[in-house]
Amino acid sequence: MSSGPVSLPGSQAASPGAGRIERYTFRERICHWLTGFAYLYCLFTGLAFYSPYLFWMAVMLGGGSTSRFWHPFLGLVFAAGVIWMHGIWRSDVALSDADRAWIDEVKSYATNRDDQVPAQDRFNGGQKVFYWAMLYGGVLLLLSGLVMWFPEYVPAGLGWIRPLVVLIHSASALVTIGAFIIHIYMGIFVVPGSIPAIVHGFVSRDWARTHHRLWYDRVTRPSAGRE
Amino acid sequence: MSNGPLEIKAISGHAGTVAGRDASRDYEVAKLIDVTTCIGCKACEVACLEWNGYPFRETQFDNTYQTMPDLAWNYYNLIRFNEHVAEDGTFSWLMRKDGCLHCADPGCLRACPADGAIVQYANGIVDFQQENCIGCQYCVTGCPFNIPKFNPETKKVHKCTLCSDRVGAGLEPACIKACPTGCLHFGSKDDMKDLANKRVAQLREHTSHTNAGLYDPAGVGGTHVMYVLHDINHPEAYGGLPKDPQVPLAVRVWKGPLKWLGNLAIAGGIIGAALHYVRYGPKTVESADPEKPAPKEVSK
Repeated sequence: MSSGPVSLPGSQAASPGAGRIERYTFRERICHWLTGFAYLYCLFTGLAFYSPYLFWMAVMLGGGSTSRFWHPFLGLVFAAGVIWMHGIWRSDVALSDADRAWIDEVKSYATNRDDQVPAQDRFNGGQKVFYWAMLYGGVLLLLSGLVMWFPEYVPAGLGWIRPLVVLIHSASALVTIGAFIIHIYMGIFVVPGSIPAIVHGFVSRDWARTHHRLWYDRVTRPSAGRE
Repeated sequence: MSNGPLEIKAISGHAGTVAGRDASRDYEVAKLIDVTTCIGCKACEVACLEWNGYPFRETQFDNTYQTMPDLAWNYYNLIRFNEHVAEDGTFSWLMRKDGCLHCADPGCLRACPADGAIVQYANGIVDFQQENCIGCQYCVTGCPFNIPKFNPETKKVHKCTLCSDRVGAGLEPACIKACPTGCLHFGSKDDMKDLANKRVAQLREHTSHTNAGLYDPAGVGGTHVMYVLHDINHPEAYGGLPKDPQVPLAVRVWKGPLKWLGNLAIAGGIIGAALHYVRYGPKTVESADPEKPAPKEVSK
């Protein structure tokens, strides 16, 4: 399961046609979009609280009080999504030597000299770095956010913790925003086929071979389906 | 409140000088609390509730004469009772009227993200506008005196208004009106400082309180509620009055450098992505790779 469930083309009714490989299962896609939309809500309402020049985002989402009311709850949904996602992708996102080699060649990857980039497994080094930035950022956001949710329960002697957690919350949010900008840009613009993959689950063989050769080789071995 | 621009400068056909011309006008107001003459009667607490229209809360006994352990969203004004043993063993009973100090550099206002939820008037009063409050409680985080209190039902934060509604109509705050000992004073900030300095000199010369002083902390730019204390070196003894209050460093970093760094990083990230797309464009999918042996196709 953790190595990326694959249903081979034609084997199931869900198959969209010959030559396509299932990259993300239904469960993985639901988990991704649940976490993603919760993050987007927290992003827009959080940016509204971050700067007066972005407060219009809160107005668009129903007003400042409404945004403030739902932000922590959607934050919990995001945290739950990340935990669920970690359960699903834990072994797929562990950093390996291949990822370090990828990170060394990140400049070649970014400038589309892909022949110089080492072959990658299910997720490439950049995707894994993004994953870990969101995971650790999410943990910091959750812990600091819980204190910010109920500041009146911070003991009087620990008053200094309140400004500290606000600083941690905004700093870690900014780290996730940086990672998120790249994630969105890569998915929408740089790697065509990513959006259909995360929406419907399938990629073409060529897509899989080009972007994730090790994964492609692994899941297309004749024995793969029986592992 | 003096109506500055409409102050009369010259009068036609008027014999003699213009009354009030060139007189100094102080627009900043201040409340002065002389704790050395407070008897802890709590008349100010009652007056505050009456003027603001709040019902009297349930009191909470904590082995002192204090009404309750802390301020509440509908209790802006609380006399703190503290038993204090000085270094020489002498005992004193300290009473301090606690409430918002109306800082010249208000940490609550700096931290607040909601448009118009906190305003600072030119006369120095810092006022919360509950209709604009979103209930985030950043003001609680920004306040070095732990004053703003959250109403969990309405999700709004409240604190002392320095009776801005009364002061705006030329009246003194309700607590001032109720004080029977003359421990509470209200007037221009300059007048209150003069009065305080006279009282401090009197205490130093004629009593044993040789460390008496005026509490008007510079770390928050001075305050519009000031205290005369018996011992200015130990404000903590009066129920946790901080010795050198500051807007917390983390709040200043958060609202200062971090915000500008973050703005630059977000804008840079978006612009950088756009430039990257124009320069390098999307990745292409190779349909076949002649260099490497074709991966084994799984038979359909």
